[in-house]
Amino acid sequence: MPGLGSRLGRGGATTTQQSLAESDCIVIMGSNMAENHPVGFRFVIKAKERGATIIHVDPRFTRTSALADMHVPLRAGSDLVFLGALINYVIEHERYFREYVVHYTNAPTIIDAGFKDTEDLDGLFSGWNPETGTYDTSTWQYEGQQVDQSDNDLSQTQEAHVQFVGDMQRPPRQDLTLQDPMCVFQLVKRHFSRYTPEMVEQSCGVPRELFLKVADAVASNSGRERTTAFAYAVAWTQHTTGTQMISACALLQLLLGNIGRPGGGILALRGHATIQGSTDIPTLYNLLPSYMPMPNATQSHGSLREYIEAEQPQTGWWHNLPKYLVSLLKAWYGDTAQPENDFCYDLVPKIGDDYSFQAMLPMMCDGTMKGLFCMGQNPAVGGQNAVLARKALTSLDWLVIRDIHEIESAAFWHDAPEVRNGEVQPKDIKTEIFLMPAALTAEKGGCYTNTQRLVQWHDKAVDPPGDARSEAWFMWHLGLRLRELYSGDETPRGRQIRALAWDYPTPEATEDPDLEVVLKEINGYTVADRKLVGGFADLRDDGTTACGAWIYSGIMPQEGMNLAKSRKGAEGAAPDWGFAWPANRRILYNRASADPQGRPWSERKAYIWWDAGRGEWTGHDIPDFPTSKPPSYQPPEGATGIDAHAGDAPFVMMADGKGWLFAASGLFDGPLPSHYEPFETPVRNALYPRQSRNPVALPFDRPDNPYHEVDDARFPYVLTTYRLTEHHCAGGMSRWLPWLAELQPHGFVEISPELGQALGIDNGDQVIISTLRGEAEARALVTKRMQPIPVQGRTLHQVGMPWHFGFGGIAQGGIANDLISLVEDPNSRIHEAKALTCSLRRAPG
Amino acid sequence: MTAQPEDLATHAPVGFLTDTTLCIGCKACEVACKQWNSLPMDNVGFTASSYDNTRDLGATTWRHVAFVEQFPGNERPTTMPPFQSNWLMMSDICKHCVNPPCMQACPTGAIVISRFGTVVIQQDVCNGCGYCVPACPFGVPELSPLDNKAHKCTFCYDRLESGLEPACAKACPTDSIQFGYTDELALRARGRVDELRERGVEGAYVYGDQNAGGTGGIGGLRVSFILSAPSERYNLPAEPELPQRKSVPNYLSTLVASVAFGAMMTICLRK
Repeated sequence: MPGLGSRLGRGGATTTQQSLAESDCIVIMGSNMAENHPVGFRFVIKAKERGATIIHVDPRFTRTSALADMHVPLRAGSDLVFLGALINYVIEHERYFREYVVHYTNAPTIIDAGFKDTEDLDGLFSGWNPETGTYDTSTWQYEGQQVDQSDNDLSQTQEAHVQFVGDMQRPPRQDLTLQDPMCVFQLVKRHFSRYTPEMVEQSCGVPRELFLKVADAVASNSGRERTTAFAYAVAWTQHTTGTQMISACALLQLLLGNIGRPGGGILALRGHATIQGSTDIPTLYNLLPSYMPMPNATQSHGSLREYIEAEQPQTGWWHNLPKYLVSLLKAWYGDTAQPENDFCYDLVPKIGDDYSFQAMLPMMCDGTMKGLFCMGQNPAVGGQNAVLARKALTSLDWLVIRDIHEIESAAFWHDAPEVRNGEVQPKDIKTEIFLMPAALTAEKGGCYTNTQRLVQWHDKAVDPPGDARSEAWFMWHLGLRLRELYSGDETPRGRQIRALAWDYPTPEATEDPDLEVVLKEINGYTVADRKLVGGFADLRDDGTTACGAWIYSGIMPQEGMNLAKSRKGAEGAAPDWGFAWPANRRILYNRASADPQGRPWSERKAYIWWDAGRGEWTGHDIPDFPTSKPPSYQPPEGATGIDAHAGDAPFVMMADGKGWLFAASGLFDGPLPSHYEPFETPVRNALYPRQSRNPVALPFDRPDNPYHEVDDARFPYVLTTYRLTEHHCAGGMSRWLPWLAELQPHGFVEISPELGQALGIDNGDQVIISTLRGEAEARALVTKRMQPIPVQGRTLHQVGMPWHFGFGGIAQGGIANDLISLVEDPNSRIHEAKALTCSLRRAPG
Repeated sequence: MTAQPEDLATHAPVGFLTDTTLCIGCKACEVACKQWNSLPMDNVGFTASSYDNTRDLGATTWRHVAFVEQFPGNERPTTMPPFQSNWLMMSDICKHCVNPPCMQACPTGAIVISRFGTVVIQQDVCNGCGYCVPACPFGVPELSPLDNKAHKCTFCYDRLESGLEPACAKACPTDSIQFGYTDELALRARGRVDELRERGVEGAYVYGDQNAGGTGGIGGLRVSFILSAPSERYNLPAEPELPQRKSVPNYLSTLVASVAFGAMMTICLRK
């Protein structure tokens, strides 16, 4: 989540679901929280019971809207105009939290004189290189700071948090009056000056008065006494401008002074169980555990020393990077990792290109990638451009599917639409498919990390049936067999496998590895005596400690004390329920809940404060700040690491300790969020007419992945895809399950009665949705919950389609992803499934 | 809520308060009910009726979430009263009547009021005659083609016997379904309705409450609902009543007709 990381320092949700109950206003945008996070939504209802205002900004009237006080229907893909206009409103009407902004953000910081805004360059920032289609970011810097050009390498995606934080060679120049034309505040003000209520009306289709009502509600419920929270989910991430939408939200919440405070913050609602965990201890190709960048062959990462020189900032928390990296190498390679051999750094694979999920699909089609392990994923339905995804699967030599059913990705060779209609013959598919039975949640132990960084352990209830086994079992035994296959192999590949410390005990009859031993490794220990460390402060860079994921350190601070298992409930932060990384902090950047002098901003919103008597920070949560650093602390000349931050710098991960209204590094598409239209759109970009698309969006130009031009008359409708409460993602866990399948038994699209009438489509009719990538059949649900949107003098229709359905299981339907193209947000490498264009017609017969 | 089963029985009757203003239509209650009671899927198919693909209560569906879209005219609301509005969602269930018409219609004594005050069909006594089916003013019990017996919600009788709240209430994420003792629930319901009205939900009321039309000879419902629109919109009768009350006029008119017919015949035969 680089949108949050680049402005606040960490990519995780800044707050908790429970804290929403203390909000005075909750804006749910880019999320259908009631449908997709129904359990967490209870806290929204609690806030409502206490009198909060609930606002849902969404193209559709959903189950979330039904419980809201305001529903703001907007054109899918225009979110950034709306957010930009809120930012403009807050500045224009002087409703920002001035003291917070001056002290806790980089608003006063002076930016390089060479910086030119999109206002100056017709929708582009300075540094644009039309040859490479990328930006040179050297003019986006703080005045007088040097630039690390590795941040400008598009082959690396930006989840690695260390890349966000910048590097301060000296304290940057500031203008605390916020008047200097090159100070961040003035740049932000100017950048958003054309994001007006009128622009919202024109571009989002939201009436001016309704926008102003939202703006007033948000502003009135922010400040010393009150806090507003934003909740978003994948309806912000799944855009070619997704990172910048989230970034705009962070910017707005910093201006309003809502970050780090109870009832405030940004709740990044994660798509499904432990998706937060799978970025923390990543399944992502470009990250080492705990947000360190994966060594990259195209950067100066050749040796451990070079990697550290390139990645270690001199100021801020990330100065500790070498401790975390060396401890990770000790955890992975055990006794083989020694100072003499750079702790086996050379054995860590180096990346050199885009190996994200989307990029894999063309690689399979083209024969570059020959084998695939597919676990907990169903690309034949869930892959973007699923027609191409199925072609990719047919191009493999071998495919291992671990799942609880014969999902579409295992059955495509005999059951896919193109096989059913005779286009593809099973005998022509050479892929050898291994379908491995998987254990369900209750049939395995382990932990989940939820949407708010909270790690919760669960025990196994029953053994899995037959040969079904857990993921941990599969990886453990695969590792054992690979080691055997490579025994005596002295090639680099053989050494990579053999050097791994692969030594977990297997106490159970199922031969699962002991997961508490895995958790100990994650927590970290001193190598000499295998004694558990109390937290990441104990980690060293000399090889005396091992730690599998530094941000989780402290999860098992002593033998027998698995904090992920703790279950003491309480109102408020509830610190004894589970373990939240880092260091069990529930609300991040919570130093900002107190004023610069360390006093709560108000009695009502007191959370963390400075106890002068005891000389430490205290309150209702674990301080996200050095416990004994007084508010008055000023760093001495030449200080490094966290000591280089003053006592009023709450954003400890950032090089300057400030929340970044202006992101001087870490983002590919600009230091300030700008509205670009979706890659496929029926309307022109009203803000930057010469720059419709995000200039650094990453398309995949191939004949099997065609795109629609702007305002392509063949595809006049906006298509948006989403999920339902009743199903889970690509359906592997729900469409085969009778009790869930019967609740939403068939694929459908939602359209307004106005569009239905225009196209002669009645409620319940069979319809065909099409794009240049493919077609999908569905039933029409004609409902007033959908509505035409007036945009730029015309009436625009939107079509909504759940993407759960496929050709397998009990609940079946046309595949929404057959319609969607491969195209990426340059920062997160996420696809664009929330706004594209399509056509729609009644099915014949 | 968990309790000792003896306490539940002593403080009986127990019941539900289903506050529809808090319902998000997640259907967790439907699934929890089917799972706990091992009920098979019905799979009535895609109905194109909002998000309701369950249609109604039946022999193997004891919880049913109704979805009612209320968008008068062509206007779309942007500012709404607090809590649920415009898309009504209501988790329907057996009302567990105080004087259950189904029980009165049952010739075998299979339908009983349990020690918790809930209405239960004893499967080993039911002979499948089906009299209870038309007797219910809410259309709850149904004969199952699987065993030709009448089935409906048991109020998780087995869970109550273990001191556990019913599965639907346990699963409800927003506390729209609240389990408790009916006297306490009634108090809570009245308080909630007052609060809702104060905050602008002018149409809020407790369905089945004496102030909202009552339940006639049924004598009250152990399962009550807070609604914000006329009950017919949720497919609930405005004035539920014992079926025999409706049959009294029919019975009388039949009597009158037969007397008249007899008189005519007598006159005719005399001639």
